[in-house]
Amino acid sequence: MSDFRRPTSIGEAVDLLSQGPIVIAAGCTDLFPATSASVLAGPVMDITGIAELGRVTQGPKGVRIGAAATWTKLVQTPLPPAFDMLKQAAQEVGSVQIQNAGTVVGNICNASPAADGVPALLAVETRVELTSTRGVRQVPLDQFITGVRQTARRPDELVTAVWIPAAATGGTSRFLKLGARAHLVISIVMVAVRLRIDAGHIAQAALAVGSCSAVATRLPELEQALHGLPVRDVAATVTEARVAPMLSPIDDIRADADYRISAATELLGRAVDHLVRPQRRAA
Amino acid sequence: MNRRFHSLQMTLNDRPVAVPADPGRRLSEVLREDLGLTGTKVGCDAGDCGACTVLLDGAPVCACLTPVIRASGAHVTTVEGLSGSTLSRLQDSFLRHGAAQCGICTPGMLTTATALLAGNPAPTRAEVETALGGVLCRCTGYAKIVDAVMDFDGAAAPAVRQAPPAGQAVGAAIQRLDGPPKVSGTDVFGADFAPADALLVRAIRAPYHAARFHFGDLDGWRDAAPGIAAVLTAADIPGENRFGVIPAFADQPALAEGQTRMKGEAIALVAGEASVVSALDLSTFPVTWEEVEADLTPQHDRLIHADRPGNELIAGHVATGDIDEALQHSAHTVTGSVETGYVEHAYIEPEAGCAWMEEDTLVIQACTQAPVMDRDDTARVLGLPPARVRIVPAAAGGGFGAKLDLSVQPLIGLVTLLTGQPCRMVYSRAESMTATTKRHPAHMKATIGCTIDGRITGMRFDGKFNTGAYASWGPTVAVRVPVHASGPYRTPHYRATARAVHSNGPTAGAFRGFGVPQAAILQETLYDELAQKAGIDRLAFRRRNALEDGDRTPCGQVLFGVGITDCLDALQPVWNKALREADRINAAPGPVKRGVGVASCWYGCGNTALPNPSTIRLGLTPSGAMRIHQGATDIGQGANTVVTQIAADTLGLPVSSFEIIGPDTAVTPDCGKTSASRQTFVTGNAALRAGQSLRAQILAMTNMAADAQFDVDGGILTVSDRQARRSIDLAALPVDRHGYVLSAEETYDPPTQALDENGQGAPYAVYGYGAQLAEVEVDLKLGTTRVLTVTAAHDLGRVINPVLAEGQVEGGIAQGLGLALMEEYIPGRTENLHDYLIPTTGDMPVIRSIFIEKPDPEGPLGAKGLGEHVLIPTAPAILNAIRDASGARLTRLPALPHRVLAAIKAAQ
Repeated sequence: MSDFRRPTSIGEAVDLLSQGPIVIAAGCTDLFPATSASVLAGPVMDITGIAELGRVTQGPKGVRIGAAATWTKLVQTPLPPAFDMLKQAAQEVGSVQIQNAGTVVGNICNASPAADGVPALLAVETRVELTSTRGVRQVPLDQFITGVRQTARRPDELVTAVWIPAAATGGTSRFLKLGARAHLVISIVMVAVRLRIDAGHIAQAALAVGSCSAVATRLPELEQALHGLPVRDVAATVTEARVAPMLSPIDDIRADADYRISAATELLGRAVDHLVRPQRRAA
Repeated sequence: MNRRFHSLQMTLNDRPVAVPADPGRRLSEVLREDLGLTGTKVGCDAGDCGACTVLLDGAPVCACLTPVIRASGAHVTTVEGLSGSTLSRLQDSFLRHGAAQCGICTPGMLTTATALLAGNPAPTRAEVETALGGVLCRCTGYAKIVDAVMDFDGAAAPAVRQAPPAGQAVGAAIQRLDGPPKVSGTDVFGADFAPADALLVRAIRAPYHAARFHFGDLDGWRDAAPGIAAVLTAADIPGENRFGVIPAFADQPALAEGQTRMKGEAIALVAGEASVVSALDLSTFPVTWEEVEADLTPQHDRLIHADRPGNELIAGHVATGDIDEALQHSAHTVTGSVETGYVEHAYIEPEAGCAWMEEDTLVIQACTQAPVMDRDDTARVLGLPPARVRIVPAAAGGGFGAKLDLSVQPLIGLVTLLTGQPCRMVYSRAESMTATTKRHPAHMKATIGCTIDGRITGMRFDGKFNTGAYASWGPTVAVRVPVHASGPYRTPHYRATARAVHSNGPTAGAFRGFGVPQAAILQETLYDELAQKAGIDRLAFRRRNALEDGDRTPCGQVLFGVGITDCLDALQPVWNKALREADRINAAPGPVKRGVGVASCWYGCGNTALPNPSTIRLGLTPSGAMRIHQGATDIGQGANTVVTQIAADTLGLPVSSFEIIGPDTAVTPDCGKTSASRQTFVTGNAALRAGQSLRAQILAMTNMAADAQFDVDGGILTVSDRQARRSIDLAALPVDRHGYVLSAEETYDPPTQALDENGQGAPYAVYGYGAQLAEVEVDLKLGTTRVLTVTAAHDLGRVINPVLAEGQVEGGIAQGLGLALMEEYIPGRTENLHDYLIPTTGDMPVIRSIFIEKPDPEGPLGAKGLGEHVLIPTAPAILNAIRDASGARLTRLPALPHRVLAAIKAAQ
């Protein structure tokens, strides 16, 4: 019998974590594929028995996605259009089977360069809530994922939720994923774009690219260039020269680096164009 | 509470169940091993294939990724829970539509679709495709599965008519005779059965592409873990430690001896109590590895096998006329090259089986395509006479060529033979992908010429096929490719060579088409360039050169019953419309452009100029049971049904009166291997002869007219013609050694003529033909390709079962699409189903099948083979369409987006 714990409260969970290393299990969609064994090697702490972690809630300060909330739960929760990109990403995570088990928070903790949720979460200024017996701290997502399969989580900490501040929940959004097949695919490139448009001009722009660097990244230079532009000018502003400097793609079996930069630029342009199109038509 | 969980309660298929279980154990394991619900299949243990999908409180999840504790207090529904005393409407719809071929993905498809339909009883096609996107199928191309889900309530007319009367089975779309167990989850695949207390066997495998190794203290390691019954190495093999599908080239050790030539090669076996062996950390096994330099592509100098200079296994050669002269005087010539990679069969069922002793006979029940070859090869390795080995084929969850070679058979056979105990072995997905065969990577170049008016003058072809570490079917590929590389076109001057050359890559063997699909990619893409140079429409160019009755092939064989022209003609209206549509769409601005492509195939059915007989036995028991001993292994393609249809009509009884006795080597005569598109043709001919023979016997006994009708009711066989009606009391007749009172056994072996040193002869008695038209969209900025439609015209000679034939076409196109756009096995890198991509529901085009019936003089009722033909034109048709849309000329497959984009830029 393996050492398998299933706490029912956050208090219990962080107590367990304070006692020594333990593998935190939620959806298990990354843990099981990593082993050929028929049993998860212990010690394991399953956090899906903690009811409050399964929730997605919206309050005046923002949106909270609990650590055990699945992709399906996220898709089913009514949220503002700024979350459309995250929901679109959710529906491209693996398959229905994976979306029913896998969690949003597990996706960031697994810290794959191709994590489907990360670009959209970056584009809504996501903060990661870490809880331990020492207290609660919040870390911006771009500081939480520190490298390939590396995070800022300390061994005694549990990521209890991710937070999206109300200030980042404005505008409309779009996610595009490019892979070599339709379903169950690891992306070659993906982009998430959120734009707030005010009187025909870009009032806020958040653009992120995944699978083109060790950690998915925002594109502050491009965002700066877009800020204040009239909608008719935005598509032409998304150029490879502005996109490439932030990316450090690799050649792998799925694509080469040059292709990734070119495709990321193209997809960003299409996502931006999609979001400004209604406004342009109105103008 | 931080409880330990010793007993877990769940509601399983509406019944409360308590099961003691480790909470972190995979639900799939608990269902299959502890609760005996083997309808839930395990294809990858990684969430990549969806075969293990069960419903957890109504929602589909992969049971392999679900710790069993999640089922605690929940409702779990498996395929076994979908039907009560009768099949559910959805399961019945799967049968009507021919949605189950091998059946290994069927339970996952059914559970997933059940969840969809519960929330959305009238889904659109797109909704069904999205919902099923997480369940991989390698046989069907998905179309019939989606049809079955959409028509689950049977509102549409049944696609499959049931139980036609005697004499009307051939040509009828009857549902597959072995279908019900596939949709109810009760079919027994390789991993679904083992005798009680079977030892579990695991293999120690080479972690390097090439290595030397020596063992440490094996006895000490074994004794340190109580529960291990045996640790076996090559030293324990009693027979000749060498196997191979072609005896003259047999070179593969069941367990390597001091040296490994490819990653994943087995060097030792560990057998013992399942709980102990499954939990073993095999990295502690006492072996010392010394990695040595490896060549993953064929090189000349470093020999993989000391007795094969230049690493060449064999070369095949066909030559006729004077090719140099012909090309020199051609009005137009084109030269090109194409490189393809390893392609993995990626059936959803990893190899599995079990073994036990019955007195002094070793019985092996495992997935296979070739039971008699398995018996003979396993017997040789184990030092037994073949009569002491019995092969009982399990249901095969897909094969496509790789299950022609031995996998688990000699390994589990060895364990049971030496320990006397039953045992079982189930390959992991990674083992299946590293240790078994692949499609040959090919490096091909060719030159083709034509006259000013577009008539082919000649073709020169040189192909180097990477045959990997061991021979397997390399010789067959090397021989088949030069015979077929011209395509089904008159090619008066011809010289083609194909060499199979070793490397330290995975062994390349048989995969649907034996190298011909690779060769067709080069030939058919060059045809487009040549047509363009000659200024002739691409379809018209092919039509002009298509073989016709009485034409000679490059082997000098004169052909009759040639249907390629009919296939091309059938595509003409579709071609005209597709070109117009593409022009209209491409006139609009935007990065997405439409393209149209066409390609043909021909393919000889059966072994190349070698004997490959099939024998069918029919028998009536004293109680009136009509049995067919049908030894053609049905791996999903439908031999059980098609062969029975032929036997039924020629004998004169309805299909519904037949019981099928499968290809168990102890009770059924040899029908050879399920490969080379030979079963409908070769075994079909044996069935035809057996049916005729038994009919003649009965007519002679009763002295009735040739068109008399038969009826069996209980032990009475009634024969009636226009004049009379006579009855035979079957119970009153003497019983033969097989238990029959009336029986017939007939053998058919295709007449062929050996090839001489220039490949001249008559390698096949029957050929099949086809042509496919693909419409694609290419995104010129992203290099992505979407295949919109494939129209497939195939000449089957005679369609025995149209629904099964469509299933072959749709499945072959799916594999051809994968070959064209996404599939490449990279040794050491893509040993799973998320890095190795096969098409999903969302990748498939709309497929339209057109069947041409140009009877073959030698085929049963005129029938020709189909299984491999269907894959051959798909990839070149898609590549030709990509080029038409974008200008991109792909010389390296698969056409991944970055390669297409680079080719688009190169063309601009």
